[in-house]
Amino acid sequence: MHHLAQGEIPAAYTAYLTRKALFLGALALAAAALLVMAVSLGAVRIPAWDVLRTLAGQAASPRDAVIVLDIRLPHALAALFAGMGLSASGAAMQSVLRNPLGSPFTLGISQAAALGASFAVMVLGSGVMQSSTVGAVTISNPLLTTGSAFVCSLLAAGLVIAMARYRGASPEVMVLTGVALGAFCTAGTMVLQFFADDVQLAAMVFWTFGDVARAGWREVWILGAVALGSAGFFLANAWNYNAMDAGDETARGLGVRVERVRILGMFVSALATAVVVAALGVIGFVGLICPHMVRRIIGDDHRYLMPASCLMGGALLLAADTAARLVLAPHALPVSVLTAFIGAPGFIWLLLRRRRR
Amino acid sequence: MRLAVSDLHYAYNGDCVLRAVEFEVAAGEVLAVLGPNGVGKTTLLRCLNAVHRPARGVVRVDHAEVLRMSPPEIARNMGYVPQRGEVCRMTAFDAVLLGRLPHISWRAGQDDLRLVSAALERVGVGHLAMRAIDSMSGGELQRVCIARALVQEPAVMLLDEPTSALDLKNQMDVLHTVRDVARGHGVAVVMTMHDLNTALRFGDRFLFLKNGAVFAHCAREEITPTMVEEVYGVAVDLLHHQGRPVIVPRGPSPNPPREDHP
Repeated sequence: MHHLAQGEIPAAYTAYLTRKALFLGALALAAAALLVMAVSLGAVRIPAWDVLRTLAGQAASPRDAVIVLDIRLPHALAALFAGMGLSASGAAMQSVLRNPLGSPFTLGISQAAALGASFAVMVLGSGVMQSSTVGAVTISNPLLTTGSAFVCSLLAAGLVIAMARYRGASPEVMVLTGVALGAFCTAGTMVLQFFADDVQLAAMVFWTFGDVARAGWREVWILGAVALGSAGFFLANAWNYNAMDAGDETARGLGVRVERVRILGMFVSALATAVVVAALGVIGFVGLICPHMVRRIIGDDHRYLMPASCLMGGALLLAADTAARLVLAPHALPVSVLTAFIGAPGFIWLLLRRRRR
Repeated sequence: MRLAVSDLHYAYNGDCVLRAVEFEVAAGEVLAVLGPNGVGKTTLLRCLNAVHRPARGVVRVDHAEVLRMSPPEIARNMGYVPQRGEVCRMTAFDAVLLGRLPHISWRAGQDDLRLVSAALERVGVGHLAMRAIDSMSGGELQRVCIARALVQEPAVMLLDEPTSALDLKNQMDVLHTVRDVARGHGVAVVMTMHDLNTALRFGDRFLFLKNGAVFAHCAREEITPTMVEEVYGVAVDLLHHQGRPVIVPRGPSPNPPREDHP
């Protein structure tokens, strides 16, 4: 505006942005450290330095190379990417739906995936129980189960979005449709479980426990592409989400195509969640709570919230997975149990603290 | 003319809400849109910046046709302050920075930040830049919203009931700011108003709406008591106080004669 004398940027604002950037940097470092730690710790302990050398292609021994590159690294990366995808999707759902409870659970996506997996186990016969050396059950046809879970969760997300398009993309309609759908899918899963035999029931329940150890390198590539792609998409929309925080009406006045941003945001977050849940099973808590943790620490500005949620989710799931492998070694607990065990107390502590900005 | 509207029609669910609305606003001029509740004042504002799509009509800003522009392009030409923004946790600085959204593609540069800072000073809340808007008073918040519209660098500003939730002092302060901005930056302002006397004080021209159509489009001197009575259905007197017209409703409408029931 030519008449408007150019003002001075307040030093407090610059400092405030610097604090957010520093927090992002710290989170990135923490995630990287946790990644090395996750690869280093386990039944066979490999020092962090050796892990780094192995990653650089100079393994101290062939045994190290096998453990690091074939076993632990894919699991750790799967945990990192899945956490990133779930958390970024949760943050986006909360923002586009303008509802703090937005998450894969509230929108029925996780429940739909569980229904799809149970359906595959029982009706498509993918769930013959096998005993592996550590006594864990595996699913005989993981691809079929995963595919069925994926299709079901996409159907659920599609239904939510279709309802929203039909009724004008109001957040209430989307959230309530999701909740109803979640209840429907839970009931469907219960019906299947009720009629399942012991073997099928075990396979269904086993599938529901989210577990990153299911991922091989192929899954890691898919998860990585989905997590980074969706996070990039959300970051590119950060300004739009900020504007929508100020109200739909204000956002429209600022040139934001509110309905389109809302539906696309829902679509991408649903897709990312569906991929993660289908590949690894139901992992609760990360998508709901990680964004809130970040909001409590650095506020709602999506330019920082999106990357920070992403890193926080990845770090939390990595930490949870490492802990899950170690606490009852040689048995590995389902990671979904640990995400809640680590995350819930931390979150309650944050709720009790006064909010900083 | 900065803003020229002609033959604007808008229908909602088949009901005609606005019919053949025409008016013009010059640079630096404040147009007050008046009329009873539900007559379509807010709808008119939303049609001007295509938040609602009019069924027919032309809206021109500096001769460019608004209804053919993309939403960001409209936002570069028109600032809009809705009646109720949702209050969220955001600093005033960030809230105003949103006004740069139509101009920036990826990140806000130093120039954007300087403009925001200047706009906050301009509307008198520079000292509140780092305050969260959810802890602000109505008057402060309204000024932040005006600053946001200002950094859009618009030719036209649309304000929906800018003083509806404010006390007397804040009403005066905010509207003084609006008028200064209009004059100082050559912005054409269209604002809807309920309070006739506040409108008379701060408006340059007046658009009376009745049944979705323009009843009168006139200057202050041309307003007559009959005009107000026809639009609002209330008998009024037009007095003059310190050289300004003041509208006063004529005593309470006569009560029906009391009938004594046994």
